[in-house]
Amino acid sequence: MSIVGTLVKRELSAYFTSPVAYVFLVIFLLLTGFFTFTAGSFFERGEASLAAFFGWHPWLYLLVVPAIGMRLWAEERRSGTLELLFTMPVATWQAILGKFLASWIFIALALVLTFPAVITVNILGDPDNGIIVAGYLGSLFLAGAYLAITCMTSAMTRNQVVAFILAVVICLFLVLAGFNPVTDLLVRWASPAMVDTVAAFSFVTHYDGFQRGVVDTRDLFFFLSVIGFALFATGVILRGHRAG
Amino acid sequence: MIRIENLVKTFGAKRAVDGISFSVERGEVLGFLGPNGAGKSTTMRMITGFIPPTAGKVSVGGFDVSRSALQAKRLIGYLPENAASYPDMSVHGFLNFAAEIRGLAGEARKKAVHRVVELCFLESVLYQQIDTLSKGYKHRTCLAQALIHDPDVLIMDEPTDGLDPNQKHEVRNLIRDLGRSKAIIFSTHILEEVDAACSRAIIIDRGRVVANGTPEELRGMSDLAGAVTLKAAGATVEDLAPLGRVEQLDGAFRIYPADKARAGELAQAVIDLVNRRSWKVQGLYSERGELDEVFRRITLPDTVKA
Repeated sequence: MSIVGTLVKRELSAYFTSPVAYVFLVIFLLLTGFFTFTAGSFFERGEASLAAFFGWHPWLYLLVVPAIGMRLWAEERRSGTLELLFTMPVATWQAILGKFLASWIFIALALVLTFPAVITVNILGDPDNGIIVAGYLGSLFLAGAYLAITCMTSAMTRNQVVAFILAVVICLFLVLAGFNPVTDLLVRWASPAMVDTVAAFSFVTHYDGFQRGVVDTRDLFFFLSVIGFALFATGVILRGHRAG
Repeated sequence: MIRIENLVKTFGAKRAVDGISFSVERGEVLGFLGPNGAGKSTTMRMITGFIPPTAGKVSVGGFDVSRSALQAKRLIGYLPENAASYPDMSVHGFLNFAAEIRGLAGEARKKAVHRVVELCFLESVLYQQIDTLSKGYKHRTCLAQALIHDPDVLIMDEPTDGLDPNQKHEVRNLIRDLGRSKAIIFSTHILEEVDAACSRAIIIDRGRVVANGTPEELRGMSDLAGAVTLKAAGATVEDLAPLGRVEQLDGAFRIYPADKARAGELAQAVIDLVNRRSWKVQGLYSERGELDEVFRRITLPDTVKA
């Protein structure tokens, strides 16, 4: 088995040997249920779509994803296992990728477990399942971007709480950059080009397309580059710590 | 196997390691001694490739640790200072993980895990979660991880720290046995371990090598080395004074040789004197010197010495 595969397996089993994983899954499913059916007024909308479900994900992930990823590096540094890991024949990028993929798979599993929402909407009406698939794809990439940023903040500190808060703040900024009330505020004094530039950095701007069923390569490229950049920064931070 | 040239590591303004050079060949067990904060752990972390050196070169098995890190790391087994391992894994799971990372698969992995479990006496806790283990077992689990790929080079940071006397004895024997076919470096505060397990010892202080030799050579640096202690009825300081400087102990005399190089003759001279005077001898022994005296003398700051 490849090094990355071995690391993914270890990280995933670390989630499931503690009760934390199950608690997370339950909370995530409860929250998605609450947001979709109560706060998202799924029934009152009178349309056969999961817009109410996906619309809340940028906000829901803001809390859930940093909580899943905060321990990735902070815990290794606190317990001293980082020294063990990096004296094994493991390249830094393999370790970063292994940890990231394990957590991403975990989030993907949580998303898969939301399947009752898909069944419900299919029983009640006749939705466009293509849009739903695109919605899931967008949601997965959105979560990946949050997660990569959490990886980065987790590498900065040995304190998981600090890693969590930093990740929430950075992600919140990246969500708000394209949020209408914020762009409206910017429009008053900034040039339209600047407003567009700021909004272009927003998760929401790029996530919206997926919700309409449009899988735009530019949006995919945006999320992949956020992930790539954050993971690269993680590597730089880790190397910086070791260099003293 | 291990070659270290002018290794330097600075943390801010502090030079933690200040130009250390030495080498260790296969079949050697090198004891790494020094007071706390002397730079032992930092040096070991640079040898294992965990932290990059500020200057200087480390090569393991011919591979430069900075440039060919992965090849070098494959040859090394490392027991870090706190013997950290993943607390949420079982001993079995952890050792399997270490074996997989080292590229062992299938039958080879099973064999390797079985071998180190026996070597480190872990059978009874094999399926227990690591954070429920006692310190000694945690330590041996991490040691087992270091041995899993039967490495040519073994680096151990305080391998007997936190073990009970029986476990210490086992680990020392293990180190000595392994030392026949590997190049080993281990650090310790316990000087008797140098005698028990090392073929050579290095003392470092404030980032520099201050002594390097076999345990016998280091002990020879002691003032006590070559002195003769005599416990005999009838003997007096005046009788013994012609042989060398005499120190009166509790009911015995210690005679220091005037010239260390000719210390061998002193014992014979004392025996001759005893025979001539027909003293009744209760004890007569030649001192080999004490490592902790040497250690203290070279590592204490000058102000304390005076």
